[in-house]
Amino acid sequence: MATMARNRSRILWSAVGWLVVFVFFFPVLWMWLEGLKTEPQAASSPPTIFFVPTLTEFQTVLSGDFPPFFINSAIASIGSTLLVVVLGLPAAYALAIRPVPKSRDVLFFFISTRFLPFAASLVPLYLLARDLQLLDNIFALILIYTTINLPLGVWLLRSFLLEIPHDLFEAARVDGAGFFNELYRVVIPLITPGIAATCLICLIFSWNEFFYAVNFTSSVAATAPIFLVSFISGRGLFYAKLAAAATLASLPVLMAGWIAQKQLIRGLTMGAVK
Amino acid sequence: MSTLSFDNVVNQGLALYEFRKGGRSMTDYKLRLPVGGLVNARSTAMAVLGLVVALVGAACSGGAGGGGGTAGSTTITMAAVDNPQMEDLAKLLPNFESAHSNIHVNIVTLPEDQLRQQVTTDVAAKSGRFDLFTEGTYEVPIWAKNGWIVDLTPYIAKDASYDPGDLIPGIKGALSYKGDLYAVPFYGESSMLMYRKDLLSAKGITMPDHPTWDQVAAAANAVNSSSVSGICLRGLPGWGEQLAPLDTVVNTFGGRWFDQSWNAQLTSPAWHDALSFYVNLLKSAGEPGAGNAGFTECLNAYNSGKVAMWYDATVGASNFTGTAATNSGYAYAPTKLTPYSGWLWSWALGIPSTSTKKDAAWTFIDWATSKDYIKLVGTKLGWSHVPPGTRTSTYALSDYQAAAGGFAQVTLDSIAHADVMHSTVDPVPYIGVQYVDIPEFQQLGDQVSQEFAKVIAGNESVDQALQKANALAAAVGKAYQGS
Amino acid sequence: MPETAASVARREAWGRRLPLLPALIYVFVMTQIPFVLTIYYSFFNWNLLKPGSFHFTGLDNYGTLLTDESIRTAVWNTVVLTVCVIAISVVLGVAVAMLLNSDVIGKGLLRTLMIAPFLIMPTAAALVWKDTLLNPLFGLLPYLLTPFGLERVDWVNRFPMATVVAVEVWRWTPFMMLIILAGLQSQNPEVLEAAQVDGANSVQTFRRITLPLVRPFIELGALLGSLFVVQTYDSIYMLTYGGPGEDTTNIPFLLYLVAFQGFSIGQASAIGVVAVVLTIIIATFALRTLFSIFQVEARR
Repeated sequence: MATMARNRSRILWSAVGWLVVFVFFFPVLWMWLEGLKTEPQAASSPPTIFFVPTLTEFQTVLSGDFPPFFINSAIASIGSTLLVVVLGLPAAYALAIRPVPKSRDVLFFFISTRFLPFAASLVPLYLLARDLQLLDNIFALILIYTTINLPLGVWLLRSFLLEIPHDLFEAARVDGAGFFNELYRVVIPLITPGIAATCLICLIFSWNEFFYAVNFTSSVAATAPIFLVSFISGRGLFYAKLAAAATLASLPVLMAGWIAQKQLIRGLTMGAVK
Repeated sequence: MSTLSFDNVVNQGLALYEFRKGGRSMTDYKLRLPVGGLVNARSTAMAVLGLVVALVGAACSGGAGGGGGTAGSTTITMAAVDNPQMEDLAKLLPNFESAHSNIHVNIVTLPEDQLRQQVTTDVAAKSGRFDLFTEGTYEVPIWAKNGWIVDLTPYIAKDASYDPGDLIPGIKGALSYKGDLYAVPFYGESSMLMYRKDLLSAKGITMPDHPTWDQVAAAANAVNSSSVSGICLRGLPGWGEQLAPLDTVVNTFGGRWFDQSWNAQLTSPAWHDALSFYVNLLKSAGEPGAGNAGFTECLNAYNSGKVAMWYDATVGASNFTGTAATNSGYAYAPTKLTPYSGWLWSWALGIPSTSTKKDAAWTFIDWATSKDYIKLVGTKLGWSHVPPGTRTSTYALSDYQAAAGGFAQVTLDSIAHADVMHSTVDPVPYIGVQYVDIPEFQQLGDQVSQEFAKVIAGNESVDQALQKANALAAAVGKAYQGS
Repeated sequence: MPETAASVARREAWGRRLPLLPALIYVFVMTQIPFVLTIYYSFFNWNLLKPGSFHFTGLDNYGTLLTDESIRTAVWNTVVLTVCVIAISVVLGVAVAMLLNSDVIGKGLLRTLMIAPFLIMPTAAALVWKDTLLNPLFGLLPYLLTPFGLERVDWVNRFPMATVVAVEVWRWTPFMMLIILAGLQSQNPEVLEAAQVDGANSVQTFRRITLPLVRPFIELGALLGSLFVVQTYDSIYMLTYGGPGEDTTNIPFLLYLVAFQGFSIGQASAIGVVAVVLTIIIATFALRTLFSIFQVEARR
């Protein structure tokens, strides 16, 4: 009896769960479907629910000059993420394992910069970039994204580092390890999942970043969001192409997030209590 | 309070793990850890390193999307607005590059708002990102005055076949400063009323050639039904979107932005009547989602038969398809107190003073605005694709007349009668038909049209919006008083 | 010469500081230099569109802010947007997390699908929402609402703030859900069973056991989430462009409008400085709350 009741309740809650998730996932699904329609179908009224999928609009989008945009996005995202790890890991180490005097103030400083509305520094940065010939240069974006993500990276990495048992370091020191040795043999192996989580989060935010991308680049260094926006056409219907472009632009991050789900969760929840 | 301290945080972190002591040597810990943690550290590092090398290599070699071209060739970057004529230009680019193998053109296409912002920022901050760009009749006089764009007269003089006298006078005047051309038109337009003859005649309505706004409103309301809206009018906020048609309505209702002493006039009865008329027409017979309807949305709505009439740019007619193309009639911009009310606009090509490749840029501009280009578009892409409103000679081409016959005459006449100097009933201290040609107008126009969008959405009254708009305009006008 | 204890200590201290320096210097340079420039520009009356307008005006720009309604509206909009989005997405996040933590079929797949809104490019999502889902002419939602007679409602323009909030809630609920799910999964099942044995019903179990455990996670989610939602720009740009009127203009968007639409650099800089000051005040309070999370946990 109890089992039957439990099974009934299980099925009921599963149905509710699936319904809720379907509602949340639906816009994504609709985006994919719109990309597979023809333009008239994508903008039909009433909306077309059943149709024969076609790859024509995807082909149109792909036949344009899209690789440079995606390569630029990749360079900016991966470049800035690497820089975040390279700069952030030692800093997190200094804040977590071998506390520096005034760690509190330093960490506060880091986190407070993340709160700053970045729109505030847009104009000075633009003028600086102009003077340094960094406009429409992908390195400008790498530098900016690093600035945006570094505080979060330091915080996350520090939280991961706090997980490492203190004695491990003592044991390493007893064994006569120097700083770099300590770092390499002790810290990095233990923190690899943490680094992966931090990298993933940085990648997500850099890839999707629109504000600075649109203001600091024009053609050579234009990134994926700009590619997407270029499909808002002044001529005729563009919804299917836009949906196709949106699907393509979101694909890398979506895949990365889905494949590395566990890392993502660890990254987000690190620093909660542990 | 004092326990909420940072030092505690740091110490807690360490203290928590004092509890997890176990084993003293590194080996003990190695055994306790999940295998993955250690084993893959090195290989991950290697993989990442490899990825970095690959990326740096990709970034350095030829770069993404730029440079390129063989030695001795120049690459010029063009910022273009994303309208159909520009798309056609991009399609025909290979023709240019095969004729001029040492010039490679990078076209950056952006929606109008972004394009304006990017290009304005570029010229104002002198960042030199573009070698040429599309600019409108609004920008040219202002930028020419600031010395931000190049006087094209010497360049035009070098090309004997260019024939600047062929350029339509009204447009040419709007793109000049002190008599010199600072940009050459790529296409020009005025505004007109486009309507579905079949849908109107089904209700027994015939549209005169020079309708009044009252006639148009009556027709729209008569044709309006739940499946087909009477008329499509732009409601999308933006001085170049909603304000363009609205301004022509204001002009023909007798309103103006500023009087001769630069006092803002938005609370005048003429403005009140014009705005009320526009909003009410949208409410009773306008397209749903008017607040988001710009040129593109209305075009799509008209093409799919969702609206029976459309008051907008003359160039809209070149993009009609299907039933809309075959069943459309064209009338001059509706009027009230003035004989004509069409606006005047041209997207033109200009060169910023910061460009280091002015000659190459001019070569391209010359090609793109020449009589030969017009013929190229006609033969390769179809005569309805020809950029209208630039050269008088276009309208003499029989092929063009055949394809665009219905609206070619109305277009040409509307442009001819649109005068940037005299578009209102009462005199004004500024130039511009559907805009005020001062630098502040970009922001003023955008802000004011946002207020009007609220009225269209039903969240504000006409008078409230006009009060706010007037205050904004007055603040701008002050700077010009006493000048 | 043998090293003194003092110099050894100093060397040690530097050894500790060194790893921190690169990151610290980098962030300092990249954030403070622009900020100093922003402060500098805020004392000038400079409009990019008017060459020769670069004049010192002292505190004029700040004075204008006091009388200017725009910044008050922007602050209000920012607060409304942040509070609504965070509150709603936390509640929904808890609900969904509890669903996914219970005995449902296909948990893994559900969770995978659920995080998609968070991963999709915000710009893309906003465009899809505006043009294909909420579009009064071709959109899916108006079509689905036809039986209720709501098919011609222009959601984006008549209810702009609600639309932006809805899209942002859609985007951030998965984020909250993930954090809270991790918290729920750290519950000790034995405690739950003990509670059941003691006769507690599910509401009591939730209130007395689950909620206190999950609270630090909720606080973390809310804090991290606010960090990002306060800076919302992409959705507003694509959905409403700050309007109609100024209904959805928040602080980042206002800064963008003043700087890149009005090209009024001095004014934009003044707004930027004020925004930063406000942020630091709020951040100080927020971070103290953050440390209370650690404090509560340590007391256990």
